[in-house]
Amino acid sequence: MTRLDVRKTYKLYIGGAFPRSESGRSYAVQSASGEFLANASMGSRKDVRDAVVAARGAFGGWAGATPYNRGQVLYRVAEVLEGRRAQFIDEVAAGEGLTARAAATVVDAAVDRVVWYAGWTDKIAQVLGSLNPVAGPYFNVSAPEPTGVVGVLAPQASSLLGLVSVVAPVIASGNTAVVVSSALRPLPAVTLGEVLATSDLPGGVVNIVTAQTAEVAPWLAAHRDVNAIDLAGVAGAEGVDWAGLEAEAAGNLKRVMRPRIEGGVPVEPDWTAAPGLERIRAFVETKTVWHPKGL
Amino acid sequence: MPPFDYAPAPESRSVVTISPTYGFFIDGAFTRPKATFATLNPADESVLAEVSQAGPKDVDAAVAAARRAFQGEWGRLSGAERGKYLFRIARILQERSREFAVLETLDNGKPIKETRDFDVPTAAAHFFYHAGWADKLEYAALSAPGAAARPHGVVAQVIPWNFPLLMLAWKIAPALATGNTVVLKPAESTPLSALLFAEVCQQAELPPGVVNIITGDGRTGQALVEHPDVDKIAFTGSTEVGKTIARAIAGTAKKATLELGGKAANVVFDDAPIDQAVEGIVGGIFFNQGQVCCAGSRLLVQENVHDEVVAKLKRRLATLRVGDPMDKNTDLGAINSREQLDRITTLVEAGVAEGAERWSPACTLPTKGYWYPPTLLTGVAQTHRVATEEIFGPVLSVLTFRTPQEAVAKANNTAYGLSAGVWTEKGSRILWMADQLRAGVVWANTFNRFDPTSPFGGYKESGYGREGGRHGLEAYVTTTPATLTGATR
Repeated sequence: MTRLDVRKTYKLYIGGAFPRSESGRSYAVQSASGEFLANASMGSRKDVRDAVVAARGAFGGWAGATPYNRGQVLYRVAEVLEGRRAQFIDEVAAGEGLTARAAATVVDAAVDRVVWYAGWTDKIAQVLGSLNPVAGPYFNVSAPEPTGVVGVLAPQASSLLGLVSVVAPVIASGNTAVVVSSALRPLPAVTLGEVLATSDLPGGVVNIVTAQTAEVAPWLAAHRDVNAIDLAGVAGAEGVDWAGLEAEAAGNLKRVMRPRIEGGVPVEPDWTAAPGLERIRAFVETKTVWHPKGL
Repeated sequence: MPPFDYAPAPESRSVVTISPTYGFFIDGAFTRPKATFATLNPADESVLAEVSQAGPKDVDAAVAAARRAFQGEWGRLSGAERGKYLFRIARILQERSREFAVLETLDNGKPIKETRDFDVPTAAAHFFYHAGWADKLEYAALSAPGAAARPHGVVAQVIPWNFPLLMLAWKIAPALATGNTVVLKPAESTPLSALLFAEVCQQAELPPGVVNIITGDGRTGQALVEHPDVDKIAFTGSTEVGKTIARAIAGTAKKATLELGGKAANVVFDDAPIDQAVEGIVGGIFFNQGQVCCAGSRLLVQENVHDEVVAKLKRRLATLRVGDPMDKNTDLGAINSREQLDRITTLVEAGVAEGAERWSPACTLPTKGYWYPPTLLTGVAQTHRVATEEIFGPVLSVLTFRTPQEAVAKANNTAYGLSAGVWTEKGSRILWMADQLRAGVVWANTFNRFDPTSPFGGYKESGYGREGGRHGLEAYVTTTPATLTGATR
């Protein structure tokens, strides 16, 4: 007799817990070849707002943690991610239509990407900060600080490597994140939430909402308690007007990370390329402190 | 009579297994022990193990293994993969931290609370920090834009006995992060934590030859730094030996960084928070029994608060617990060696002969082992040997000043320039003092703080080069194009 497997319920990840959507809605997620994989929660405006509240609540503690501590936690994320390698290979292969071997390469790159950002936490200030030789008897130093709560529209196609490539730089510097997952390929995002929940990452630092991007992105872009937004996920998202989102974001002068534009339309970048500092730099503020010198 | 006493709270030494004899760690494996000498527990003079004395042929073998590793797999590895080895090492150090702490305390004599809470976690942090740099060197501004910074090749590292594992971490972590290979010689009297670290390299599956560890006395160190196939030297130790190394490599292509002695001034102004300053002064000189190159060994206190500060210091010193380093309540452990104890004794006697007044709290020292009580020398003049020479022991020389300018002049009146301390509530004065002090590290309203991200190293005869931070990486890379140096042998 064959054993019937026990399937997982894919839920949201908000404030360190895994609730279903408050809307009670779900949607069928299909593999690249059209087979049914699972029912994912269809997040709503209210779920996004709950996620922002959780992210704001977690900001003080996470931004105030030492960079060394944040690096340790991010490295722990990489360790736990590696431990779930087989599960991610299955999910990425099914969702993105990759061979197991190609999916393994993607998962390995995702682990290494988290390690790369784990190594950045205690170096950001050394690379982006400066001592300023002002013309006067003053000590004058500029240092980066996290900008706050960052909304992240995760890439639509690259459901794991793309996802960690946009989330890790946001939290490395001490921001907290509200992530809207890939709409068609949300399963690795939910599993990543399970990794984060067991990696000593404080609840609320990363919140993941599986949803239709076109439905919830405008609420996130317009939310007054969100300080910045990464529009990576507009590329390939059905019915999303990215210029409109940027205009909404202007309501409280959010910092906007625009999508890559080629031929006038947003495209997903090659996430396997070396990331550079672009995404860290986009979500930090520079604080300059003056202090007199003298007897 | 003390109001209450402490019950003994000994840490268990059963967490660590010490072999009776040790060989060298060369090319990923331990060699057979040879020409052994004993390493002692300075707290009771018992023999912990016999370790081997490396001769010129052993040095040759270690350097050759390092060269092969550099030319082989390690040299071709990407920065990201190198970094992952360093992360592994950091994690294993964290996992085996109590084992290292106990071993370090047994071999060095320092209190278990220091090895457990400072030496070992900070060593792990150094590997963690440098692991992150391995694949980010192009961001460290080590070379002109577009020119790649390259490793030197084989690095010879000679470290002292005061922080055996931590100095190993300061040396090995940046060397590996930048792609060099290493031959490291721990101090003659404290080789055991380096030999245990060799096991960590094995557990991390570090490729053979990337880290080689040889033991021995000064002759081994000399043979290592003078070896013709060594590209770079990193030394921490005495100014005297540092000068010898600088002379020995003159006219060669070898690079060196030298982290040498110090005679730090700890300057206390009359507006300082005195109780907080007293804690800082005590930590500044009695941490690790004062066997610290950056120890705040000269207290410069403003004249009008001298009596208050000295009275409070005496009261505080009377509460320090001197004794069994394995006891979790111990503040001051054993002096590392007979030789060092003799040096401290001689210098303090010279200070008293020159007119300083000596004071120590009443304390019972163990009968076996090497011990020195916490000691204050007041009425010290700038010309006294105890004000100019590095004592490297639990001895604080107290001098006074009247004006900030006088404090600066006295603080800088030394051949050394490693560190300095400033105590005042006035922020602008702290920064003014920091500008005036000729020292590589200035602590304000704190003392003896160390962090992997923060460069450490001295001015003047305290050596050259920095360790830690972005600046610490510079010593381990060259930015001269390979075509000009004939490198990549």
